[in-house]
Amino acid sequence: MSKLTEYFSNRSAVQSSVLPFVLILFVVTMACVLGNLVLDPSSMFYVSTYTITLLGKYLCYAMLALAVDIIWGYCGILSLGHGAFFALGGYAMGMYLMRQIGDRGVYGNPELPDFMVFLDWQQLPWYWQGMDQFWFAMIMVALVPGLLAFVFGWLAFRSRVTGVYLSIITQAMTYALLLAFFRNEMGFGGNNGLTDFKDILGFSLQADSTRIALLIVTAVALAAVLMISQLILSSRLGKVIIAIRDSEARTRFLGYRTDHFKVCLFVYSAVIAAIAGALYVPQVGIINPGEFSPLNSIEIVVWVAIGGRGTLIGAIVGALLVNYAKTRFTAIMPEVWLFALGGLFVLVTLFLPRGLAGLVGQIKQKVSLNKTFKSEPQSR
Amino acid sequence: MKHFFVICCAVLGLFACELQAQQQTTLASDTAEQLQQLTNNKLKQSMQLLQSIASREGTNMLPLYQALLKGQLYYIKHSTQMISVRKSGSEKHYSELFSGAAIAALPANEIKKVRVNNKIRGFLRQHISKLKLSAKDPQARLAALQSLLGSLTPETISNIAQLRLSENNLQVQQLMDLALTIDRAINASLAIEQVSAIKLLQESLEPQVRNTLTSLNSTKTHPSVQKAAQQALLKIEQSIEFYGYLEQLFFGLSLGSVLLLAAIGLAITFGMMGVINMAHGEMIMIGAYTTYVVQLLMPNLLEYSLWVAIPLAFIVSGSVGILIERCVIRFLHGRPLETLLATFGISLILQQLVRSIFSPLNRQVASPQWMSGSWEINPVFSLTLNRLYILAFALLVFFALLFILKKTSLGLNVRAVSQNRDMAKAMGIRTGWVDAMTFGLGSGIAGIAGVALSQLTNVGPNLGQAYIIDSFMVVVFGGVGNLFGTLVAAFSLGIANKLLEPSTGAVLASIFVLVFIILFIQKRPKGLFPQKGRATE
Repeated sequence: MSKLTEYFSNRSAVQSSVLPFVLILFVVTMACVLGNLVLDPSSMFYVSTYTITLLGKYLCYAMLALAVDIIWGYCGILSLGHGAFFALGGYAMGMYLMRQIGDRGVYGNPELPDFMVFLDWQQLPWYWQGMDQFWFAMIMVALVPGLLAFVFGWLAFRSRVTGVYLSIITQAMTYALLLAFFRNEMGFGGNNGLTDFKDILGFSLQADSTRIALLIVTAVALAAVLMISQLILSSRLGKVIIAIRDSEARTRFLGYRTDHFKVCLFVYSAVIAAIAGALYVPQVGIINPGEFSPLNSIEIVVWVAIGGRGTLIGAIVGALLVNYAKTRFTAIMPEVWLFALGGLFVLVTLFLPRGLAGLVGQIKQKVSLNKTFKSEPQSR
Repeated sequence: MKHFFVICCAVLGLFACELQAQQQTTLASDTAEQLQQLTNNKLKQSMQLLQSIASREGTNMLPLYQALLKGQLYYIKHSTQMISVRKSGSEKHYSELFSGAAIAALPANEIKKVRVNNKIRGFLRQHISKLKLSAKDPQARLAALQSLLGSLTPETISNIAQLRLSENNLQVQQLMDLALTIDRAINASLAIEQVSAIKLLQESLEPQVRNTLTSLNSTKTHPSVQKAAQQALLKIEQSIEFYGYLEQLFFGLSLGSVLLLAAIGLAITFGMMGVINMAHGEMIMIGAYTTYVVQLLMPNLLEYSLWVAIPLAFIVSGSVGILIERCVIRFLHGRPLETLLATFGISLILQQLVRSIFSPLNRQVASPQWMSGSWEINPVFSLTLNRLYILAFALLVFFALLFILKKTSLGLNVRAVSQNRDMAKAMGIRTGWVDAMTFGLGSGIAGIAGVALSQLTNVGPNLGQAYIIDSFMVVVFGGVGNLFGTLVAAFSLGIANKLLEPSTGAVLASIFVLVFIILFIQKRPKGLFPQKGRATE
């Protein structure tokens, strides 16, 4: 009974905070854009392009955290390999941007990217074909990670791999991809990855206006993903998903094909991560195999844990906070950052098992409990 | 001259040492004269001079030949005295040629190098080997023979044939026979004789034999000889391939032993306690750094440092493990995924701690003398000693751990708590204490693994991270909570990796292994040897 009430109270709490959050996101983004475009650089409220890009980067991370939260917080699937989907989406975008360089590269080859010329390749590999078309590249951004997630999820969930085992094989997956993308023979630039991008859809990536546009696109995408996810998770489908998290066996006995639900949600989550990756690459200007490293994937999980899993907003807030702290700390005293991050993990898991959102929820509950006590003490 | 010496020695036996020192100054007048002439530096003449010296003198001229071969022979311009100048780094060491006694440094314009060309070098090498063939130490004779195999001249062969009669070391005898057989295979007058020699040669794996056979096969000789050579080559290739496989197998076993060492501690902390211990790699790292510190503290006792480091690493890593268990992990019982986050945080802290204390750079840990070198089984197959020792060590640790778990009361408690915590508690087992000890044991063994790994790789803050994923793969593949599964998994993954490597390359091989594990887990989610019974749910 208590679980049920908890669930309903949580649900309403989340639902009520999605719209305000989207509003806040919209206001902050617009304020930054105006601060950059309208105000004079000497003004106190001027927002530098660097900040704009940084904000865009954070929002991409937030989207990635959202993707992990959807499967971990709502379905209990702890993926330690979500960085792989993020990186694959990033690579698809990077390939498009690479093809846009054309003959402006160091070697001036109109067809081949620089690293291929360097490796003495004569023609474009088949999987690079068509990547110069934006629409095709965008399809690939969603299709490739989605397909990988489908195959992986279908294999794993059908044979009922759960819990720790699943976490570890997702980690193996991203590790295998890391090793694969480090190879020069793969045709993705090996160690150095893809970089030196010039423009996107004809707009220069160095221009302020392009950066602002990318930030707006990222913010809109994040808001859209957030609202769609909210819609899905509060629908009947969402209830089944939460039921799977709480007791998979029971849900199965009730006649639901739990593996189908899980695969669908896994693919959905992977596609969100991939979109985040695709938006990330033009803003930071590089994608390399380091993004596949298992460490990165674990870090995403930590953002979610700190923000509070099982609450969409919590994951986003966690990602924003941790990354902001990371930027500040690594600039001021880099050697302390790992101590701080490590300590944060330990403290949050020990004292805030439901993250910051859980803390807020607890405080709220206490306040409202006090109110009910005061208004109708006799009913208890 | 020699007679003179013999008499002298007989008469003045007490002063033998002194006489030996005098030997150089009382060279035969011919030799002394010829040595003088060497300083004329006319290469054509040098050859003849050396040949005539060589024909007259014995091993007493070895320093001359060797200095000349290495380009260390100089002479002082005004006295034409021969000296040797050895360079090490930027320093130059001056010494008398024959006695080897150090002399004062000389300015560069007062000395001149004695020139040599390749022809002379070839002659010198040959001659030095010949001299060494009659050396007292069998190992020296063996090495000399080995270097002669490639360039057998009629003189060498007659030398060897002669020495073979008086040889009494088995290994040297065999090698001498081989040399004679090679000679027969090339130079025997009858084709039948050549063929029979070749048939004998096909049992040998010496690279020189292969060269001989290849050249026999390609030159125009009697067709039967050519055919025999071809067959022999084929057979040799086959056995080389066989030994190649054996070598890969050994590398696989070696990799397996490393995986076993790295994973075995995790098999306890993760497999038995269910703690997803992401800080496991850092326990290995702490063990490796303990070795480094021990070597810093006792620089003069390198040979024994490992024996100190092994127990110390166990204690240090074990205590850190117990500390972690008491302070963090015991609050996270029954929440395995959250132990992952907390221990990951701990691993970051430990890494940064090591970086702050020891610097982020890699540290070199020295290997003691008895661990370096290799065990040569035959010319194409040798096992490096340090890998062999680590293989043995891994098995030792494994069986020691097995003994602790199966035969001691601690092991009984550990198994009881891991199977049914509540029941164990009801029976009066202090589960908290057992948890701490179990975690300490697993961490301590990781520390020991660190000592072993420090002998194979550099020690750095990221050492642990390199092994954490592999360790998890091994434990999961073998079946959680099953030590034998870990053993089988470690060796089969190691061997599979190394057997794939020649055809795919190192990186692809590990990718294949990872993909294989991912697929395998789908098929058998509980690993190779799943735990049975209700306790597993």
